[in-house]
Amino acid sequence: MVTTLLFYAFASVLIIAAVGVIASKNPVHSALFLVLAFFESAMLWLLMEAEFLAVVLVLVYVGAVMVLFLFVVMMLDINVERMRDGYTRYLPLGLVVALVVILEIGHVIWYRSQNLPFLTVPEPNPEGYSNTRELGSVLYTEYVYAFELASVVLLLAIVAAITLTMRKRPGLKVQDVAKQVAVNRDDRVRLVKDDAGTETET
Amino acid sequence: MPDFTPAAAEIFLIGAICVVLLVDVFLTDEQRRLTFRLAILSIVGAAACSSYFAATESVTGFSGSIVADPMSDLLKMFAYLVVALVFLYSRDYLVRAGLFKGEFFILGLFGLLGIVVMISANSMLTLYLGLEILSLSLYALVAFNRNSATAAESAMKYFVLGAIASGTLLYGISMLYGVTGTIRLDELAAYFTTTATLDVPAMLGLAFVIVGVAFKFGAVPFHMWLPDVYEGAPAPVTLFIGSAPKIAAFALAWRVLVEALGGLHDSWQDMIALLSVLSLAIGNVVAIAQTNLKRMLAYSTISHVGFILMGFVAGTDTGLASAMFYTVTYALTSAAAFGMIILLSRKGFEAERLEDFKGLNERSPWFAFMMLIVMFSMAGVPPFVGFYAKLVVLESVIDAGMLWLAIAGVAFAVIGAFYYLRVVWYMYFDQPAENEVALDADLDLRVVLSANVLALLALGLFPGGLLDLCSRVLS
Repeated sequence: MVTTLLFYAFASVLIIAAVGVIASKNPVHSALFLVLAFFESAMLWLLMEAEFLAVVLVLVYVGAVMVLFLFVVMMLDINVERMRDGYTRYLPLGLVVALVVILEIGHVIWYRSQNLPFLTVPEPNPEGYSNTRELGSVLYTEYVYAFELASVVLLLAIVAAITLTMRKRPGLKVQDVAKQVAVNRDDRVRLVKDDAGTETET
Repeated sequence: MPDFTPAAAEIFLIGAICVVLLVDVFLTDEQRRLTFRLAILSIVGAAACSSYFAATESVTGFSGSIVADPMSDLLKMFAYLVVALVFLYSRDYLVRAGLFKGEFFILGLFGLLGIVVMISANSMLTLYLGLEILSLSLYALVAFNRNSATAAESAMKYFVLGAIASGTLLYGISMLYGVTGTIRLDELAAYFTTTATLDVPAMLGLAFVIVGVAFKFGAVPFHMWLPDVYEGAPAPVTLFIGSAPKIAAFALAWRVLVEALGGLHDSWQDMIALLSVLSLAIGNVVAIAQTNLKRMLAYSTISHVGFILMGFVAGTDTGLASAMFYTVTYALTSAAAFGMIILLSRKGFEAERLEDFKGLNERSPWFAFMMLIVMFSMAGVPPFVGFYAKLVVLESVIDAGMLWLAIAGVAFAVIGAFYYLRVVWYMYFDQPAENEVALDADLDLRVVLSANVLALLALGLFPGGLLDLCSRVLS
């Protein structure tokens, strides 16, 4: 009972936050709404006894990805007014398309709902069940191929990002580590004889 | 200890990519040809692995993540061949355009890895990861020429739309998982053959998966990215996108629709038929209005996708075998067509307008003849391979009792013949522009391109062997 109530509470906040992401005028607000949406999904995962994934979602998405996202959004000078230029113009068309899609989905669901099987509530896991242990026992055994492929995706992302951003152009300031290491004291410090204190004649 | 042999080619390719990546770091620009040679060598090595460990029957590996069967071996061989052709054609162009960097070949090898992974996937997860490897490398390749604003624009479009399509595919997969409790293709197939009725979540999942597949194929109405990407990307990248990924798209459709969801053929047949006929119509009609050859070939790709999907609509063994035949021969034809654009391009000049082919017969009779063969093959004129590919697909559709689809296919192919023949008209009956210079491509490019085009003629004259092979590996 409490779990069901909690589910509906988290789910409704999640939906409100998701709407907020696309509806809010300020991009910073959108990003913060996205943080809230991630957090609420993590709560839902907790309810499904996927504790490890819930914690990872908060750590990785809220802690790392969204902070980076917020930095970018705050640094970019986004002209919100200009982005909204087409909004009212295309709103009627968008509403019509959305309405058609909703009607179609509704029709399919209604048409099929005559013999729709209701999913049963899954049995809760026994006490002492560890989600983390279960994940660990399959990640490097059953799913090792997918795991390795995911690492290839990351390597590819690194190569692609470097290909697209690193360029050598004149006037670029770069560090030469070898030179930095090989530096002598004499290159950096020049002792100047201070003749203050001696009398000078003018 | 898992059995590594089903994934021998993939493992070799990953190792080779890492080696090329490391070697390339230590090369100066003058030594860059070594990267190219190593890339070709990697493809040859992967092909050797595939043929040495060729499967005589279906073998799964890594807890059912991948499958090695004769079909995957054949498709992989064609993928190696096409990507090797892409590299061979591209080198000359890249050197002249000042884009001769190791990353082109490394990203290309990554793309090949994605294709190979998709071809022998036996789980939705593997399929999706292969698709991501392929897509990510293609996004980066489109934006490869950083001085070109149109390339950046089309890469952006491709990236955003491609990400949405990947999301759609994943959403559909998650729904199918929710219904069946498995992501393994063979278990999905077992579920849907025993459960005849289709409930709402499975239906929605199926629809979302088909949207994802259609996007990767570039079938109407999910084709919007194709013309812009073909036009905006540098010619070698267009060559790559236009040829090898079609084999991957066929593998994706085959694995998902036929192997996993084959039991639902009645449910997806109408959807695919609609995609097919729309692709034929839009592709052929809109191509007539194009003055840019790359854009024209993009719309022509869309129409050819319509033909490939026809084989899936038929759903019979001969239909699927003819779709496979169509896919591999189209990949070769497309490689030759974009190879011609590269051949005519020079530094700072892409031979991408139709006018650039005016009077080609006077400049180079041999390559005008080669282009004639490519265009005739695409239009479906006998005795070239395009004719035979269209013929077997249409036959299979008629056998499946869908005469209207075959008639639509023929009607739109006749409309489509117009724009292919216009290129031939330009080459033979128009005067070249004043300032045209002689072709100055390297000898190896000329030889390989000619061999590629003559293969289209040879396959058109003797299609039996390849078609036999296709139907044998599918059964």
